[in-house]
Amino acid sequence: MITFNEERGDTMSATMTGIREATEPGYTPTITATTPALERDSAIDWRVVKADFPIFDNEVGGKPLTYLDSTATSQKPRVVIDTLHEFYSHHNANIHRGLYALSEEATAMYEQARAKVARFIHARSPREVIFTRNATEAINLVAHSWGRTNIGPGDTILITEMEHHADIVPWQMLAQEKGATLAYIPLDPATGTLQMDKLDELLTEKVKFVGVVHVSNALGTLNPVEEIIRRAHEVGAVVLLDGAQSVPHMPVDVQALGCDFLAFSGHKMCAPTGSGVLWGRRELLAAMPPFLGGGDMIRRVTMQSSTYAEPPARFEAGTPAIAEAIGLGVACDYLSAIGMANVRAHEVAISQYALDRFAEVPGLRIFGPHDVAHRGSTFSFALADVPPHDMASILDSEGIAIRAGHHCCHPTMFALDVAGTSRASFYIYNLDEDVDRLVAGLHKAAQIFGV
Amino acid sequence: MDDLYRANILEHFRDPHHKGMLEHPDASYEDISTSCGDRIRMDFVISDAHIADVRFDGQGCAISQAAASMLTDMLPGLSLDQALALNKQAILDELGITVGPSRQKCATLGLNAMKRALVGSQWADDEEEDF
Repeated sequence: MITFNEERGDTMSATMTGIREATEPGYTPTITATTPALERDSAIDWRVVKADFPIFDNEVGGKPLTYLDSTATSQKPRVVIDTLHEFYSHHNANIHRGLYALSEEATAMYEQARAKVARFIHARSPREVIFTRNATEAINLVAHSWGRTNIGPGDTILITEMEHHADIVPWQMLAQEKGATLAYIPLDPATGTLQMDKLDELLTEKVKFVGVVHVSNALGTLNPVEEIIRRAHEVGAVVLLDGAQSVPHMPVDVQALGCDFLAFSGHKMCAPTGSGVLWGRRELLAAMPPFLGGGDMIRRVTMQSSTYAEPPARFEAGTPAIAEAIGLGVACDYLSAIGMANVRAHEVAISQYALDRFAEVPGLRIFGPHDVAHRGSTFSFALADVPPHDMASILDSEGIAIRAGHHCCHPTMFALDVAGTSRASFYIYNLDEDVDRLVAGLHKAAQIFGV
Repeated sequence: MDDLYRANILEHFRDPHHKGMLEHPDASYEDISTSCGDRIRMDFVISDAHIADVRFDGQGCAISQAAASMLTDMLPGLSLDQALALNKQAILDELGITVGPSRQKCATLGLNAMKRALVGSQWADDEEEDF
């Protein structure tokens, strides 16, 4: 049973059985996000990891569930599911200001989760971690608070043609409100990578903000964000990383990256829905006005005006998703127990296996980079002229869950000159046999459509 | 499931009927599915409150395009009232398959475009809504 113990501070943490030597003292990960392992870490039995996820006890129409849609949301390990039950059964109270034991306990658990998230992304302080509902809300927070204060007429907001709508629409709204210019680093449709040679002309002194997706949810592309951050800082721009598809899948160190904001979603990294994070450099957060007004974010309220709490409370108006945030903390424990370098190594290996097997399918086009060193484990594909939604339905009949359509990336789809793609993505609970089932499903679709 | 892709559906998808656009339509509407981006435009020549000619144009999955093609086979000669009386079940009967909830919008995309074109309103009274 999971119990909370403030003194030890780590007892409400993940327990999992799939780990052996990897978590023993002295274990040093030998791989990073940009240096893929050639071989899988033999210390981890990924089949045991998969067994931590109760969803796979279910069948779909008598067939095993092959879940290839973790880019949309991940499945949840038992330890996270149990955390919600445990919290509501034994610790539930509203946090902050409660002058009774249960509220103090819930508050401590909530704030401990914040510290876990801070450690997970190597933040300098938990005070740099703001809980949001998801990455979308985190980006909107930056646009409303930092953006409306710091962006003015004639300024340029620079994003990329590869962004998710969550990192496009808030900036369009801000640019329209402020009379600012919204510019894009273009996407090379042939390679599915950003046209970095355009940075020189795009990164002018007018650029005040750069928003860039770390790993594309539509193409799987792992972007050279270190270079973009460095060069954006050279012109004095503030950089937000959309880490929705990187933080769950690889080691992400905000201090090493040097970005100014990082937005990501908890529910894509084994945590409950309704949990997300905005990390911001404390100097920036301290100078930013509130996002939403209400309880918890104030210092003092008079009839006509208010003074505001310090970050992070300033940006967390109203009762937050308490159990979900605590669940996110446990998800961080769970992933840390596996080791994020090991997660990345597993995904690199399964991605390489997938690319090898995809090469056997006639008429199959894989969008985005084919080199596993420059991509995540999300694969957008087209099989001849089989429409993506029909592909998804055919695969569904085999118990295979993929996503089809525009993936909330209309500009990316315009650049690729397609209406949509089919998308399969892999995570810690996927095994080579999931790739085999997908490839068999692709052959079935080819047969039905006479490809 | 193989039934979802019966031969008649794939035939209509590969070789759609009444595909194209009319030069001077009396009524026209293009509907785009917000969930999947599939697109169907329906053009009509209307004579004496009857459908004299019809074309559809669009892009999308086999279900949406085949259903629209089948719909255009049903329409010529119908009165506007008869056309507007067609409902989701009529389309599903024509497709001859069982369509899950996520694909029913595909099947009725052409039907909804037709109704909006003929009623001339974004909110046709009898538009089928899934909720």
